[in-house]
Amino acid sequence: MSDASTPTNGNGPKSAYFLAHADEVTERRTLAVLVDNEPGVLARVVGLFSGRGYNIDSLTVAEVDASQHRSRITIVTQGTPHILEQIEAQLLRIVPVADVIDITNSKTGIERELALVKVAGTGEKRVEALRIAEIFRAHVIDTTNESFIFEVTGASEKLTQFVDLMRPLGLVEVSRTGVLSIKRGKEKG
Amino acid sequence: MTAKTKAKPAPAQDAAPRLMSGAQIVVEALREQGVTVMFGYPGGAVLPIYDALFGQDAIRHILVRHEQGAGHAAEGYARSTGQCGVALVTSGPGATNMVTPITDALMDSIPMVVITGQVPTHLIGTDAFQECDTTGITRSCAKHNYLVTDVNQLARIMHEAFYVATSGRPGPVVIDIPKDIQFATGLYVGKDGITKPTYMPQRKPNMDAIRIAADLMTKAWRPVFYTGGGVINSGPRASAKLRELQELTGFPVTSTLMGLGAFPASHPDWLGMLGMHGSYEANHAMHDCDLMICVGARFDDRVTGRVDAFSPKSKKIHIDIDASSINKIVRVDVPIVADCAEALDALITEIKALKRKMPDLTPWQGQIDTWRARRCFDYKNSKDVIKPQYAVERLHALTRDRNTYITTEVGQHQMWAAQFYHFEEPNRWMTSGGLGTMGYGLPAAVGVQAAHPDALVIDIAGEASIQMMMQELSTAVQHNLPVKVFILNNEWMGMVRQWQELLHGERYSHSYSESLPDFVMLAKALGGHGIRCDKPGELDARIIEMIDHPGPVLFDCRVERAENCLPMIPSGSAHNQMILGEITGNEIGEAGRKLV
Repeated sequence: MSDASTPTNGNGPKSAYFLAHADEVTERRTLAVLVDNEPGVLARVVGLFSGRGYNIDSLTVAEVDASQHRSRITIVTQGTPHILEQIEAQLLRIVPVADVIDITNSKTGIERELALVKVAGTGEKRVEALRIAEIFRAHVIDTTNESFIFEVTGASEKLTQFVDLMRPLGLVEVSRTGVLSIKRGKEKG
Repeated sequence: MTAKTKAKPAPAQDAAPRLMSGAQIVVEALREQGVTVMFGYPGGAVLPIYDALFGQDAIRHILVRHEQGAGHAAEGYARSTGQCGVALVTSGPGATNMVTPITDALMDSIPMVVITGQVPTHLIGTDAFQECDTTGITRSCAKHNYLVTDVNQLARIMHEAFYVATSGRPGPVVIDIPKDIQFATGLYVGKDGITKPTYMPQRKPNMDAIRIAADLMTKAWRPVFYTGGGVINSGPRASAKLRELQELTGFPVTSTLMGLGAFPASHPDWLGMLGMHGSYEANHAMHDCDLMICVGARFDDRVTGRVDAFSPKSKKIHIDIDASSINKIVRVDVPIVADCAEALDALITEIKALKRKMPDLTPWQGQIDTWRARRCFDYKNSKDVIKPQYAVERLHALTRDRNTYITTEVGQHQMWAAQFYHFEEPNRWMTSGGLGTMGYGLPAAVGVQAAHPDALVIDIAGEASIQMMMQELSTAVQHNLPVKVFILNNEWMGMVRQWQELLHGERYSHSYSESLPDFVMLAKALGGHGIRCDKPGELDARIIEMIDHPGPVLFDCRVERAENCLPMIPSGSAHNQMILGEITGNEIGEAGRKLV
C-alpha cells in the first residue's frame, strides 16, 4: 500500500491562509494504534488519514487480544513534526481508539516486516537466488523446478534490498505484510 | 433466544430485567435520557419506532417538512438549552438529507443524537429500496456512529450515544437501526454504569499549566481574552467563570461568532466580535497584544486571517477540551486541555492565591479606546431606504428587553446580526459558524421555539438563504411555534455579490435573486402572517407588529441592495489590514484571490 491519501504538501499546518511552518522537515514515523475491535474501526482510522490529507506508507492490522476485543493497527506515515503531532491528536479523538504509541520516537521500538518473494529461473540465476536468500536468512517455503518462494523477515529496508537483488534473477511478484512494531523491555505499550 | 417467543413485551418496571421490542427500547432510552422534544420525519424503515411513539406523551415529536429541517431544529434545540438534540429519520434519503445538519453539528460542536432507520439486516448490502450505507456516509461527518446488529446491544448503544454526544467536545452521533432490530425483542438496560473505556475526555486541567498561565496573566501589559463556542458548550458555569475571571483581571474580551453571549456585550471591556467581519478594536487588540488567552476557540481561518502575521508579539494560552485543536493552526505557548469552566475556575483560584500586584492596564485600555474611536461599524443611514444595519439595530432595540433568542441563516445578514445585535447571555445566539449552512436559521428557530414556547424567537435571514428551508414555516404553523423570520431582503446573495465586487471585477455571476416569491403571500399560503416594510419611518411599527403577532411571521424587510458588510479583513491579509470605509476593488492581491 503506497499511498491511501490525497497529496499533501507535507510542509506545515493546514490553513486557508498560508502555511506558518514551511521550514519544517518531513519525517517518517511508525505509530501503533490500539483500538476496540468493533465494526468500521479500520475505516475510521484510514478515513481520518484520507480525509485530512495525511500519508499512509504502510498499514497493518489484526486483533491482538480477543478477550478485550483489542486490535493493533501499525501505521507508517510521513509529515512534519507539526503534522505528526496533529495525526496523533486526531487519532485519539476517534471514540474506539484507546491509545496511540509513537514507536519511532520511543527509542525502544522494534519494527519488523515479512515478505513473500516469488523468483523464477533456471541455471546459474537459480543458484545465485538461493545463495543470496541464505545471506538474508530467507526461507524457501515453496519450490518447483523453475521457481522459489522465499519468506524473508526484517526491517523494511532489508526487505527492499532483498527484492532489489532478486529483480535481475527472475523476480515474479512480491507480497509484503507492512510494518509491525513493538517496544523492547518488559513494559506494555 | 427464548425471549423472542414472548408475544407481549413486559411492562416497564424499574428493577427487574425488562424485555421489549427494539422500537420500545429506543423510546424508553430517550425517555430515560430526559428527552422531551424530538424532531423527525417518518418512513418505511422507522415505522416501528413511530408506532412506539404513538399514544405516549413523554416525548413531543415535531414533524418537519424535510429531514434537513429536523437536524437543524435539533441543533437549535441543543444550542438554546445546552441539552442533547434528537432527530429521527428514515433510511436512504432520510439519512442522506441529514448529512448537512450532522456535518454542521460536528463543525460547531453541537450535541445531537440522530436515529436513522435502516433496511432489515438480511437486506443490507443488496441495494434494497431506500438503502444507503448510512454509517459509511456519516463516518467522517459524525463524532461517532453505530450500526445496531443485535437488539440486546440497542439500549447500551443508545445511552452510550448520548454520553459520547454530550461529553468532551460535543458533537453529533448517529445510530443506524435496521427495521428487523426495531421489531425484535431484547433486554432493556438503564443508563447507569454505561462507560466507554477508550473514550474518556479530560475535564480537569493540568495544574502546572494553570500555574504558568496564571503567572503570565499577572505579568501581562497588553492582554486579551479570545473566547469561543467552547465557553457556551461548557455550560452556563463557564460563562459565569469567564465573567468572574475578567472582573478579577480587567482584561478586555473578544469572542468568535460562536462565542457571542458568553460575555455581556454591554460591558465596557467588551471589544466586539473578532475576525473577518469583526471589530477594528478586537482585531487590533489581537494583533498587538502581549498575552492572548484563548478559551474554547480554535483559531479558525475566519478569525486568524493570515496565519504568518497572526498576533506576532504575543504569548498564547489555549484552553480547549479537544487536544487536537491545540497547535493545529497556531503554535501556542501554554496548552491547557480541559473543560473551559474547570480551567477558568482553576485560573481564578491560582491568580487569587498569587496575590500579585498586576501591571497597570491603563495604557493598553487607552490604546484600545483609540481603536474604538474609529467607530468601525458606522454606516451612512438613509431616510429613504432601510439600511440593513439599521434594521438589525432597530430589531435589537425593540427586542432587547424581552426573552429573545436569535438564529440566523448564512451571509451578510448573519454578519450584520453578529455586529449589531448585542448579546448579554449565552445560549441566545444560534448560527451556523463552521459549515456556514444557508437554510439553518428557520429550522433552528423551530427547535429553539419548541424548547422555549414563551420566548420570542427570531430568525434573522436573507432572501436567498430563507428559500433553502422555507417549507419549515409550515412546521412552525402546525406545531404552534410562533417563530419570526426577519428577512433582510436586498434581492442579492449579498455575500456572494460582495465578494464578486471585491474579487471578480463586479461581474455578478448568478448572484441576483431573480423570481423572488412574494413573501407576504407565501407566508399566508403556508398559514403564517406576512409583513412587508421598505420605509425606514415605518420600520419600528412593523417590527412591533411582528412581535405582537401570536403566530409565525415572515417579515420581508426591503433593504439597501448594494450595501457591503464592513469592516472586513480581506482574505490573505492580517488583522491590522482591515477595510473600514468602502471597497475599492484593489484590496486583495493575487495570492488572496485564490483563497476562500
